[in-house]
Amino acid sequence: MKFLVCISKAPDTTTKIAFTDNNTKFNNDKVQFIINPYDEWYALVRALELKEKSGGTVTVLNVGAVDNEAIIRKALAIGADDAVRIDAEPADAMFVAKQIAEYVKANAFDIVLCGKETIDYNGSEVGGMIAGLLDWGFVSLASSLELNGNTATLNREIAGGHETVEVSIPFVLSAAKGMAEARIPNMRGIMAARTKPITVVPVAASENYTSILSYELPKEKTGVRLVSADNVDELVALLHNEAKVI
Amino acid sequence: MPVLVFAESANGTFKKSNFEAVSYGAKVAAQLGTEAFVVSFENLSDDVLKSLGDYGATKIYRIANDALKNFEAGLYAKVLHDAAKKLNANVVIFSFNYEGKAIAPVLAAKMNAGYVAGAFALPELEGSTMKIRKNVFSGKAIALYAIHSENKIIALTPNTVAPEKTENKCSVENLDITVSSTESKVKVKEVVKASGKISLSDADIVVSAGRGLKGPENWGMVEEMATILGAATACSRPVADIHWRPHEEHVGQTGLTVRPNLYIALGISGAIQHLAGVNGSKVIVVINKDPEAPFFKAADYGIVGDVFEVVPKLNEAFKKFKSGA
Ligand SMILES: Cc1cc2nc3c(=O)[nH]c(=O)nc-3n(C[C@H](O)[C@H](O)[C@H](O)COP(=O)(O)OP(=O)(O)OC[C@H]3O[C@@H](n4cnc5c(N)ncnc54)[C@H](O)[C@@H]3O)c2cc1C
Ligand SMILES: Nc1ncnc2c1ncn2[C@@H]1O[C@H](COP(=O)(O)O)[C@@H](O)[C@H]1O
Repeated sequence: MKFLVCISKAPDTTTKIAFTDNNTKFNNDKVQFIINPYDEWYALVRALELKEKSGGTVTVLNVGAVDNEAIIRKALAIGADDAVRIDAEPADAMFVAKQIAEYVKANAFDIVLCGKETIDYNGSEVGGMIAGLLDWGFVSLASSLELNGNTATLNREIAGGHETVEVSIPFVLSAAKGMAEARIPNMRGIMAARTKPITVVPVAASENYTSILSYELPKEKTGVRLVSADNVDELVALLHNEAKVI
Repeated sequence: MPVLVFAESANGTFKKSNFEAVSYGAKVAAQLGTEAFVVSFENLSDDVLKSLGDYGATKIYRIANDALKNFEAGLYAKVLHDAAKKLNANVVIFSFNYEGKAIAPVLAAKMNAGYVAGAFALPELEGSTMKIRKNVFSGKAIALYAIHSENKIIALTPNTVAPEKTENKCSVENLDITVSSTESKVKVKEVVKASGKISLSDADIVVSAGRGLKGPENWGMVEEMATILGAATACSRPVADIHWRPHEEHVGQTGLTVRPNLYIALGISGAIQHLAGVNGSKVIVVINKDPEAPFFKAADYGIVGDVFEVVPKLNEAFKKFKSGA
């Protein structure tokens, strides 16, 4: 089985969000970048587990500039066999999806794993777009993945529960919590990662359909109204009369 | 060119997120000087379908086909693509719920459409460009997106733009789109829904608890509060990780994002990753014994106190309120 895990770069979850250039660019000064957690913890680790069980290869792919090689090396240290970097600043989700779909067309893969969403742009877009471009089956928000020959069985989150689906290979999934447990790279993995190949692929022509014009920060809360622990009736009254939520 | 809205019913009825999407679609259509049409896949009666007309849609199209009985993002996108072509629509509106999140990107690829996932306000038009705001960085910032392409897709975040009723002028029609189950790539084997419980993603009120509860045996009072208020229950990540509560309840940056009208946090510190999943809630109530807990900074109302003392008293007060006393 040939697995392709799409990894995106994201600011560490504790990052203080700020913008520059008249609020048109994310201020990445002093920001620590990580592999998007859904891609690392769930998609990558599950692909590795399945490879360890039944064989195959795990390739990680990132669409991004050369400074993304730090997070790519981390994915290799966790256990991916090789890596591909498509050399382009990601412009929008469709641009990224087109780059990945072109690469998948030229290099046979069986399963493309994405994360549920990137924690910066929160789109949940790229996986579905890749499936649409390739005309492959798409299973969104998958919380488990088992292989059975030419098909795979997955659980996917739905409103108020989950469903079990069977999909024929090849297909694309987006990975949600539950699919695997995060792995921490060990010393051997880190050493091995140094010599694993990162193939750099030139960008395929594509236009962007969307762009970000500007950013703003949300309005701060005006301050908490504290109620005494001895006067819970007051809280109930406030929620009813003032907030009007009960 | 009409605006097309996808409304997925569940068990024969529509829910609030469908009405929101229809109402939003009708307003976008008004901006564009056109009409909003709705497409629905379940074989529902005219009366049920007509209820969508209360929110400004002028035509409701029923595409009833056995191949669409079970959800499949790819197949649904294909049918919607054919419907958009047939109806000559180049703007498609979804709710940013489980279904919309899955179908919209596939459709965007098929239609070559620019897609904004998770809008929370109406677009502004500038020539043929639409400018739309959505949350980014897990609610820590807002971005103004522009869609430049001719075809456009918007998925509306639930519970952000309230649906508005208008005079119902809609008619219901069948739309004939060829689709066969042999085109299906994903087969649904089993659907498991937590019965009787309120779904966390749809809940108007969420009662959530963290490590301050000390152990799973203490969740009785949390569930009691949820029952009294008709709320769903949620938890912080460590609580799910140590298996005090099921994973489905984990909210936050790496769990579920919720934006209920009321979020009540019991014994949760309010770490930035937790807030990222709940900061879209309209009203936040925090109960924590530590007055320095960061959650108070994000709260509207708070009680500094021990959950084991405050929650039982609060439950009694909620009960009294609910019984009209
Ligand atoms: C990459 C990453 C992603 C993460 N994603 C998430 C996520 O999605 N969701 C999430 O929740 N966390 C997430 N976390 C973890 C997060 O950083 C916090 O560790 C976590 O939210 C803390 O959970 P808690 O508030 O239940 O526990 P604690 O931080 O232990 O807080 C317990 C709180 O209870 C209070 N308390 C204790 N006893 C009582 C009492 N008797 N009465 C009243 N109050 C009491 C304490 O004062 C304290 O504030 C993530 C962390 C990382 C690094
Ligand atoms: N620049 C990128 N390179 C590789 N994969 C990406 C990139 N951006 C997004 N992805 C993948 O697509 C998923 C969903 O991203 P998004 O649509 O931005 O929420 C991520 O979890 C990744 O798996």
